[in-house]
Amino acid sequence: MLEGGASSAKRIERRESMVVRLAGDSGDGMQVTGTQLTGESARAGNDLVTLPDFPAEIRAPAGTPAGVSAFQLQFSARAVLTPGDEVDVLVAMNPAALRSNIDDLRPGGILIVDREAFTEANLRKAGYERNPLEDGTLARCQVFPVEVTRLTTAALKDLGLSAREATRCRNFFCLGLVSWLFHRPVEITEEWVRSRYAKQPQFVEANLRALRAGLAYGENTELLAVSYEVPPATIAPGTYRTVNGNTAAAIALVAAAEMADLPLFLGSYPITPASDILHELSALKRFGVVTFQAEDEIAGIGSALGAAFGGAIGVTTTSGPGLDLKAETMGLAIAIELPLVLIDIQRSGPSTGMPTKTEQADLLLALYGRHGEAPVPVLAPATPAECFSVVYDAVRFAVSYMTPVIVLSDGYLANGSEPWLVPSPEQLAPIPVTFRTDPQGFFPYLRDPGTLARPWVRPGTPGLEHRVGGLAKAPGTGNVSYAPQDNEQMVRLRADKVAGIAREYPPLEVFGPAEGDLVVLGWGSTFGAIRQAVAELQAAGRGVAHVHLRHLNPLPCDLGAVLSRYRHVLVPELNLGQLVRVVRAEYLVPAVGFAKVQGRPFKVGEIITRCERLLAGEREEAAA
Amino acid sequence: MSAGASRKDFVTDQEVRWCPGCGDYAILAQVQKVLPELGVPRENFVFVSGIGCSSRFPYYVNTYGVHGIHGRAPAIATGLKVSRPELSVWIVTGDGDALSIGGNHVIHLARRNLDVNVLLFNNRIYGLTKGQYSPTSEMGKQTKSTPMGSLDRPFDPLALMLGAGATFVARGIDVEAKLLQGLLRRAHAHRGTAFVEILQNCNVFNDGAFDALTDKASKSEHVLLLEHGAPLVFGAKRDRGIRLRGRTPEVIELGDGLGEADCAVHDETDSTLAWVLAHMAPPEFPTPLGVLYAVDRPRYEEGVAAQIAQAQAKGPGDLAALLRGGDTWVVS
Repeated sequence: MLEGGASSAKRIERRESMVVRLAGDSGDGMQVTGTQLTGESARAGNDLVTLPDFPAEIRAPAGTPAGVSAFQLQFSARAVLTPGDEVDVLVAMNPAALRSNIDDLRPGGILIVDREAFTEANLRKAGYERNPLEDGTLARCQVFPVEVTRLTTAALKDLGLSAREATRCRNFFCLGLVSWLFHRPVEITEEWVRSRYAKQPQFVEANLRALRAGLAYGENTELLAVSYEVPPATIAPGTYRTVNGNTAAAIALVAAAEMADLPLFLGSYPITPASDILHELSALKRFGVVTFQAEDEIAGIGSALGAAFGGAIGVTTTSGPGLDLKAETMGLAIAIELPLVLIDIQRSGPSTGMPTKTEQADLLLALYGRHGEAPVPVLAPATPAECFSVVYDAVRFAVSYMTPVIVLSDGYLANGSEPWLVPSPEQLAPIPVTFRTDPQGFFPYLRDPGTLARPWVRPGTPGLEHRVGGLAKAPGTGNVSYAPQDNEQMVRLRADKVAGIAREYPPLEVFGPAEGDLVVLGWGSTFGAIRQAVAELQAAGRGVAHVHLRHLNPLPCDLGAVLSRYRHVLVPELNLGQLVRVVRAEYLVPAVGFAKVQGRPFKVGEIITRCERLLAGEREEAAA
Repeated sequence: MSAGASRKDFVTDQEVRWCPGCGDYAILAQVQKVLPELGVPRENFVFVSGIGCSSRFPYYVNTYGVHGIHGRAPAIATGLKVSRPELSVWIVTGDGDALSIGGNHVIHLARRNLDVNVLLFNNRIYGLTKGQYSPTSEMGKQTKSTPMGSLDRPFDPLALMLGAGATFVARGIDVEAKLLQGLLRRAHAHRGTAFVEILQNCNVFNDGAFDALTDKASKSEHVLLLEHGAPLVFGAKRDRGIRLRGRTPEVIELGDGLGEADCAVHDETDSTLAWVLAHMAPPEFPTPLGVLYAVDRPRYEEGVAAQIAQAQAKGPGDLAALLRGGDTWVVS
């Protein structure tokens, strides 16, 4: 085993948290490097949150800012909720990566660059007129120029690799160096390299050598005099793994289907950043999962609805543009009252927008984006790992209430990862499903008195042949009916059915004082930044609370009462103010929005500043 | 429900709401006659439709059914068939539903060759929206939306399906009951996507579109009835035939030195001949009716099931292991 230990000659400093960002060209392997550093940090016992940030272009012109791919990781000895506002250590593989990321490095932060990549050509491509390593512009940080390419190539020289192949191992040299810097256990990375390149032994050796060369360099170079120790966090006991939002969603679907004892059918059309759910489920055929790569977004949801009619758990996954296209089929699913789960990984819009960047601007589309009165339950996970429980609940609600359900994840949750306390199957909520088989007294739109759900009947059941369709229908029989009262009754029944789901929610959790100056109301992936900000404000003596919504429709029954206990309601969202509009309309509270649409999550500091401004305004008013 | 089923078992209690005189009535009657003969329990039939006059069909057949949304019946049927391969799935659609708004789904259905039957009622007009031209309307069609005549060339549905890789392509007509029954039986027997175009008269918005093919006095001169292995001969006196010069068809008068031996012989497995037949149209040629093309190819849903079986050969998935994933650590 190789330890990322520092020699006794060097100083070790203890830090509570560290924020590391690895940045390079799309082809430099920054996402792999970041993922490995995440695994090592989890193994080191730290709590952590990650933020992968990559371009939509697969191979943008090398060396240009358009092609820069970055991976940010905060690991900590305490609980962390965000990837960190400011970067402590930035690794920049070329001038473009430096230029795109240097502004986020905190003053005095560590900058490690591949000095050889700072050629005239690369500097020009990045838009530098002078070499920033030489012109003094980086004086505010600690710069460590390392000959990464030469050292990597030298370590691999007798392996018979081409220059290109050897250069591609630069990222593992950097991983080795960073692992040394933070005393990371690298054996988990070594295991990964061995399994990843099992069929190409020369690359196993090459990447392991590059990794070790990076460690050894850190150990021996006079350049780096200090290494950092981040002790393990205090974490609830149990078995953990790291998980990102899309993986959590995929395994939640399989788990829910298993618990419901029904086949899982995914109908999906590839779209960033949702495709990984399709990929993950396509590799899980041993669970009987059917994945159908449809000809378009509409066929994706249409096939899922057809599967649901056949008695399967029908699921479709998409991102913004696809959500637009699925609207009509959602309406049909609402009208024929079949269970269906639609997972929307929100991304920056409108139109193609910034496909790999995060946003929360699909909320109103999910809530209202269908013609006619067409309510659906809308759920939103707050963290990557929470994608598991929220998607699981979406399946549970869909089959219990015979309704389509929308889950609003986003690019940040989909690709971000965190440690997850792995549940055992025994801990999962049961999902009982009973298909109707008794023809006695059967009509397709009879109602369960508790849930108002109609019966689910599998085709192939004798005596229960029936037709469902998008035309208006009479209550009970489901016969086509344009009778005015029939229509209103059915519209109201479906609305009441969806509204009734709120009975299943746990009481709202209020973080902080039960009443006071300010409550920050959030939903979805802004959870971490809001919670951290509110915690810091509370520590500074401010009377601020945080309420976070996992249920956007129906809203929790106690939300209005909770909000009414604060003088101010602030709603930070990665959109121009969608939830704030809903809560103002629903509860007549003077809620204030806080918008950001930059394709990036909120920083903790941004929310603190906004809260302080609100509170200061109040103080000014009080003084006046 | 199985043995002893009859037509009335497939009639629902719903009032049929097509216009009096609509060709759909005749098609419905033939379907209800043939279904009980197929040896499939009634509960295993599912009719899936889109939007349009023809797509009301499922309400009138006493089986399982979904009246879907415009153009999307193939998508719904695909999810159903892949999940439940044992069901007999029938798609009922029209020229606008299948070839305009739903064109993308129809071609992909054919390409995948799911074992479903497609009944495309082609009346060459939009009926439910009250009379606009359709993607199968002849060029120059004067309608409410094209008062000076339509400008776009129509699809030939059969050629489109052949181009998309369909394995069974046939054409019938609403009033030819025996022919239609035969095609329905063949479509059911075919394993793969069976595509049956049914020429259907809209007596309100496009009346008489197929008169030449249905008029007793003239139809034998205008219809080429296809029979596998038989020469392409037509006419009341069977005195005309189709000869191929290379790949180009021509109508020949039989007698006077030319006989049936000079005519092309129908072969349902010949894709080139099917292509030629699909493009034969009046006024130069008679309209081919019957099975143009029928070949066997693997079906999508069988491939899906085979892959799952292969993945499960080493035993089913272990949920606890899936939850744990590849790499875990224990905090104590």
